[in-house]
Amino acid sequence: MSRHTTELVVFILLFLLVSGMGFVASRWRRPNDLASLHEWGLGGRSFGSWITWFLVGGDLYTAYTFVAVPALVFSSGALGFYALPYTVVVYPLVFLVLARMWSVSHVHGFVTPADFVRARFGSPTLALAIAITGLVATMPYIALQLVGIEAVLKAMGITGHLPIIIAFAILAAYTYQSGLRAPALIAFVKDALIYIVILVAVLYIPARLGGWGAIFDAAGQKFAATPAPGDGVILNGGNQVQYVTLAFGSALALFLYPHSLTGVLASKNRNVIKRNMSALPAYSFLLGLIALLGFMAIAAGTKPVVGANGKPDTNTIVPMLFDQMFPDWFTGVAYAAVGIGALVPAAIMSIAAANLFTRNIYREYLNKNASDAQEAKVSKLVSLVVKVGAVLCILLLDPQFSIDLQLIGGVIILQTLPAVALGLYTRWFHKGGLIAGWAAGLAAGMWMLYLIPNPASGKAHFGGSAFGLQNLGFDTTMTIYAGFLALAVNLVVAVLATLAFRAAKVAEGEDGTRRRDYFADEGDPDVKDLDLAGSH
Amino acid sequence: MTTGEPGQPRTDRSPWNWLLVLPIVLPLCTFLFNADEPRLLGFPLFYWLQLAFIIVGVASTTLVYRMTK
Repeated sequence: MSRHTTELVVFILLFLLVSGMGFVASRWRRPNDLASLHEWGLGGRSFGSWITWFLVGGDLYTAYTFVAVPALVFSSGALGFYALPYTVVVYPLVFLVLARMWSVSHVHGFVTPADFVRARFGSPTLALAIAITGLVATMPYIALQLVGIEAVLKAMGITGHLPIIIAFAILAAYTYQSGLRAPALIAFVKDALIYIVILVAVLYIPARLGGWGAIFDAAGQKFAATPAPGDGVILNGGNQVQYVTLAFGSALALFLYPHSLTGVLASKNRNVIKRNMSALPAYSFLLGLIALLGFMAIAAGTKPVVGANGKPDTNTIVPMLFDQMFPDWFTGVAYAAVGIGALVPAAIMSIAAANLFTRNIYREYLNKNASDAQEAKVSKLVSLVVKVGAVLCILLLDPQFSIDLQLIGGVIILQTLPAVALGLYTRWFHKGGLIAGWAAGLAAGMWMLYLIPNPASGKAHFGGSAFGLQNLGFDTTMTIYAGFLALAVNLVVAVLATLAFRAAKVAEGEDGTRRRDYFADEGDPDVKDLDLAGSH
Repeated sequence: MTTGEPGQPRTDRSPWNWLLVLPIVLPLCTFLFNADEPRLLGFPLFYWLQLAFIIVGVASTTLVYRMTK
């Protein structure tokens, strides 16, 4: 314990500083009252380019990413680097889509993707399906942020769940008080810490390990010595398709997550979003360097902490590398960066999940005449419930279960793409066709994930996202991202079912949006009204 | 932030948008970068070229943003 005292003191001091900021945040850019969902949940919808950059960056590049991506590179090499093309592809991909989403949401007062689907396709059932999918996909993501904090705590030799409970109680309290303002303000500190830590890491560690060439060579030797066919410093014939489909599929999924949209909708106008699409790749550069920490850990001979189940926990590889390489006080700073990095996305995710419940379940089915104040109150309570649920996930279940759920979450959130993303461009799909495609995509995705084993951990099912094409009768070792294939099934079924519903003359839902709503911008008469009490 | 001419409906169409295809397709062509040599500062091609694609992405989105705002 004493070996980690300095680390622990620095970690706790920084953590407390940030928590204080979270509480003060309710007074930052203060609106007239926080008692409306738009104010609490979307920060008054008035964030400019800089705040949006920090907020969305803090939201997308989570603590879990910082811990898990290098862990994957550590164990399988090049495949883990998929996170880089993924975050390069995503911004040009959604550049136009998000601007449309911003416009239509600001004209109609939408807070969640399901709000949009409800109005676009006139189908509360489809909206409910989208909302539940979003909730199910977001919950384990929040739990995973705890896995990030836990990895750091384990590296400091702290066991037991009390510290995690305290950390999340603090998080819950300031999110309750300040809404989206809290993570927006904290994101500044989080990013500053992470940038410092990573810059130091990529300059200092390679210098101590004999340069980048030596690091890659050490990794190459390690992978050459293992019997596993999928690893290596570059890709092989079997996993290239997996690499490409995983990167592309993850990029398609990213902005379907309700929490990514929350950050985007909080921006001031369309140009703020577009400018951010060209500025956010700065984080991708960081992520690419972070991924390479996995190779540094190989070259440095870092050993992960052995978990309670007797198996090494590879998620601790980066914290252990820092512990091995840095002086104690700086290791404390690095750990705080990861810990605080978990709080920003966890806060935004719980707000997004709470908004989904309030708008698409509570107001739709439980209390149709909810006032703004009632909505905000329910949302705040649900955000607490969601966080308690996430903590319970970690306390009661094997953390591996959260990781599995997160894997499943990525596959299922992709199934909302036809309704949410394509819906911004076309009304061609029939609401029944979209529901059929959604259901078929989910079923196909779950079936494929069920069939994927993980030889490394000895699991027979839900062992990863690389679906072997030999399961479909092909004579090959090639694998493909399960979510990508499930989306293909979804689209085919949605098209066929749409044609069938049209042929059978099943009534279409009413489209509550107009074409010009998709291009509206700040200053338009439709959009100007930010006293959103009048929007529903 | 143009307030479109009356009678001429606003749109987000522009030939510049096609430039966005480049940073979407380039990082997904593994045959371009799936090799160790040539190395740059000790980085295998696989890593330095993919990091370089970030610059392509930033340049394309910035250009499209400037040309269409």
